[in-house]
Amino acid sequence: MNHILEVRNLSKSFHGLRAVHEVNFDVSEGELLALIGPNGAGKSTCFNMLMGQLKPTAGEVYFQGENLVGKYPRDIWRKGIGRTFQITATYSSMTVVENVQMALMSFHRRIYSMLPYAHKMYKKEALTFLEMVGLASQAERHCAILAYGDLKRLELAIALCHNPTLLLMDEPTAGMAPTERESVMQLTADIVREKNISVLFTEHDMDVVFGHAHRILVLNRGELIANGSVDDIRNNPVVQEVYLGGGNLFESDKAAS
Amino acid sequence: MELFFAQLLTGLANAATLFLVASGLSLIFGVTRIVNFAHGSFYMLGAFIGYSLMQVLPGMFGFWLSVLLAGLAVGVIGVIVEILVLRPVYKAPELFQLVATFGVILVIQDVALYLWGADDVLGPRAPGLKGIVRIMGEPVPKYDLALIAITPFFLFGLWYLISKTRIGILVRAATQDREMVGALGVNQAWLFTGVFFLGATLAGLGGAIQLPKGGADLLMDFNILAAIFVVVVIGGMGSLPGAYVAAALISILNVFGVTFLPQSTLVLMFVVMAVVLMIKPYGLFGREEVAGEHGQVGEPERPIKPAGLKVRLLVAAGLLLLALLPVFGSDFSQVLTSDVIIFCLFAASLHFILGLGGLVSFGHAAFFGGGAYVAALLVSHVDAPMEIAFLLAPIGAGFAAFIIGWLCMRLTGVYFAMLTLAFAQLIWSLVYQWGEFTGGDDGLVDIWPSAWLNGTTPYYYFTLVFGIGGILLLRHAAHSPFGYALRASRDSSRQAEATGINTKRIQWAAFTFAGSLAGLSGALFVFSKGSVFPTELEIARSFDALIVIFLGGVKTLSGAVVGGASLEYAKDFLTRFEYWRLTLGLIIIFVVIVAPEGISGTLRKVAERFGIIRQREGES
Amino acid sequence: MIEVKGIDSFYGKAQILSDLSFSIGAGEVVSILGRNGAGKTTTMKSIMQLVRPRNGSVTFNGTEVVGLPPYKVAKMGLGYVPEERRIFTDLTILENMEVGRQPARKGVPEWTIDLLFELFPNLSERRNNRGKALSGGEQQMLTIARTMMGNPTCLLLDEPSEGIAPVIVEQMAETIMQIKKQQLTVVLSEQNLHFARLVADRAIIIESGQKRFDGTFAELDAQPDIQEKYLSV
Repeated sequence: MNHILEVRNLSKSFHGLRAVHEVNFDVSEGELLALIGPNGAGKSTCFNMLMGQLKPTAGEVYFQGENLVGKYPRDIWRKGIGRTFQITATYSSMTVVENVQMALMSFHRRIYSMLPYAHKMYKKEALTFLEMVGLASQAERHCAILAYGDLKRLELAIALCHNPTLLLMDEPTAGMAPTERESVMQLTADIVREKNISVLFTEHDMDVVFGHAHRILVLNRGELIANGSVDDIRNNPVVQEVYLGGGNLFESDKAAS
Repeated sequence: MELFFAQLLTGLANAATLFLVASGLSLIFGVTRIVNFAHGSFYMLGAFIGYSLMQVLPGMFGFWLSVLLAGLAVGVIGVIVEILVLRPVYKAPELFQLVATFGVILVIQDVALYLWGADDVLGPRAPGLKGIVRIMGEPVPKYDLALIAITPFFLFGLWYLISKTRIGILVRAATQDREMVGALGVNQAWLFTGVFFLGATLAGLGGAIQLPKGGADLLMDFNILAAIFVVVVIGGMGSLPGAYVAAALISILNVFGVTFLPQSTLVLMFVVMAVVLMIKPYGLFGREEVAGEHGQVGEPERPIKPAGLKVRLLVAAGLLLLALLPVFGSDFSQVLTSDVIIFCLFAASLHFILGLGGLVSFGHAAFFGGGAYVAALLVSHVDAPMEIAFLLAPIGAGFAAFIIGWLCMRLTGVYFAMLTLAFAQLIWSLVYQWGEFTGGDDGLVDIWPSAWLNGTTPYYYFTLVFGIGGILLLRHAAHSPFGYALRASRDSSRQAEATGINTKRIQWAAFTFAGSLAGLSGALFVFSKGSVFPTELEIARSFDALIVIFLGGVKTLSGAVVGGASLEYAKDFLTRFEYWRLTLGLIIIFVVIVAPEGISGTLRKVAERFGIIRQREGES
Repeated sequence: MIEVKGIDSFYGKAQILSDLSFSIGAGEVVSILGRNGAGKTTTMKSIMQLVRPRNGSVTFNGTEVVGLPPYKVAKMGLGYVPEERRIFTDLTILENMEVGRQPARKGVPEWTIDLLFELFPNLSERRNNRGKALSGGEQQMLTIARTMMGNPTCLLLDEPSEGIAPVIVEQMAETIMQIKKQQLTVVLSEQNLHFARLVADRAIIIESGQKRFDGTFAELDAQPDIQEKYLSV
């Protein structure tokens, strides 16, 4: 399988403190790759470096062979990477469908245009994306009154707008009810399979991770300590050990397996 | 050398007042996050109250007792303002509260007018400190030396209060994390009131203590406002040592400026501020501000839609009425309506960046006055035909906005607002002091439209076409992809940046666009009046526009126009009375507390409740 | 002492707690366990009124606290130690403790600065250092000391072991044991079961904002499936 994203020796220090240290991994085409680890392990730092929000202290990120380090988030997005946020980020003064239209206007490079009416632009296209995530019936609602789970779906629709080849999802199910978590994750899995999009996601809900990830990376104190299939990770003694020290417990898992 | 030293002493003496007033403002902002525009008014009240007390309390003891009592009296007034006006609006973002404090300014102005009359009051000389002392041959007033000697005690006293007492510890803790202080059992509400008392007291002391040097007059509230803002911003919002260093720096520079470069005095402090902010965006001793949401009060703004048929018909009917005005209205009504339209266009251009973009500019008058001056200068100096001058005015103003926007875009929130203010003041002082080119205080006169527009009615139609045209253009831009991208950048810059929108560049473009439309309104203005004066570039002009936007409703597209028209007509009506500021101030405070959605937003809500307009599902 | 009945709490639009109920008796040390994002912190904040529950009630010694400002809740004797520590970094250790000071309370031994410095010797050595110069562990101790200055009758500790070195965690456990000896009620949210087991008498497990278990550690040990489901990775 081809590697769509290659992360090489990615490191980040804040005032001499190593937040992320020489992390290496690849994302293969069509893969759903999970990045897990205890709080403060460096997941968010990693993610922000991949998206251009943070500049790495050292290391490279190759997307389809091109180094992304030093590029702005908006330029990285243009290369074909979409993202969703841990804490939802939507345009609260617009309707649901306008949120998607906004991304489409940006994609078609029309944001400096002053002549046409924006609410008519790319509406059909926007509606198909809403259809995809199950929000079509709420297209004309005010975004600010959407339920939290629906906001997450809307973010997904926005992220799909420019036909990305890679999606970065930061805790896609945080803040949702358990039943909704499963349905949103299933929806994501279906869409990316159909469109052959690769996904890298962080997640705290292990049901979601074990249920959907093809492969799992484990980060602890800024270093990658494991990389393997769901079963590998479940039974990896190093991972269990680290979590014991890092705040979670694993003995029950041992007992179960 | 002797002169140099004497100058230094004068500068330090002047710094005393500036430091007292500015440190109060800084304290209030540090803890409550309120930009207190009424601080200049507290200072003025301190001067007047001090003056009255000195009339009845004789001698040296009486003089200093008066200063102290004036400070405490203003402190109590500050507490009243805090409890009555600010407590109800604490939950709103800081920029909304400044509108309330603006209302307080107007009220205090008229109260002072009523109590002390319109004439300037000469401050009594301090008993026992009346003469001068020769230092190295140069005369230095004794009172200056007393001020220089006293200031360190104030600084020390404040420093002691803030760093050594329990109150000071709580204040500093609250500056950092208000919520946590509350969770540890401290009643923040009273802490805020206490800080307001202290801040107002300092302003009152500052006003009273400068009486022997400057006296008291009704303009001193606005006159000191710009200076204390500059001091607080240069020193860093919320920093006491910063306020002292900046006050000394500004005062000393000012004294030297007067001696060596008299044309520069007004410009100087704003140049210093601009330079400091560009090097240290949060002032000398300030620390980074976390950008907050501005202009967003209560529920989030609603989606916008181009007007429906009904509204369009209504607008068309209104326009028809305006077009027919010369048929049934007087010349005066045409002039008044022109003024209203020009002001509405100016306010609408500010609303574009403030309401849609979330960028609060305190210096929008730079582009209104800028446009007026571009046209006037072209007519005066190169005899440009009116048509050419009229065309170049918005372009010139747009260019100014392009440059200023580029310099200000790095900052956010209050600091952005302050830097725009600094640049606007820079332009104002340039125009004011570069007399041979701009006419200075005398302004530029004889700027009349071409022959085909001569007379009230032709120019009224001209204003109607370009004024309403400009407003409609702004409105259309709000519905275009550009306007949407601007709102997107405000709503969530994270999402916008992550979907390919260069938010800073969009905001910069919008700032330029709004600046050029303000320039258009300035051009309409100058040819309607036939003259232009530096007042069109003043802070007060910028605030006029800011106030009407909040009064009209930040979150409605029509807010600026509704607010602008209401205020202009209200002013025209109210100014017939002697105490119109009081009424206007009370109305502003009333609107801010009772109808935080503004006139437009509140009308819409009322209409929805009674079913006159359809309510969107899920909103209330 | 604390009675939480059917509270729903939201963070923005996200519902964090739904219909959560539990009670804490006087003198008890109870640990609220759950994974990241399960709602532990929101539970603590909902008791303290830093998050106002939309529905339900929280009473402290029989008095309803929902709707009160946090400072009043603190004055009633609830001491809150936040997860993010939130010490005042520009203030010295002594000043930080001064912010938390409240008059002595009937029926609880009074905590003085000297007593607290005995409990936290590290802080004593650095009493005039500013908060920002402290290590993570020292900051955590300072937040506890600061809250103890208010002489609380009940202490809410939000993830005290989070992000600090194991040695310090042990010290922390010891400290909590000492505080416990003073007849204080302690509610402690934790991810670290070992730590919780060390100091607490009872465990409440929440997941997705709902209570999934409430009982002693012995009872919890008898139900490995619960541990597996709600606590393990």
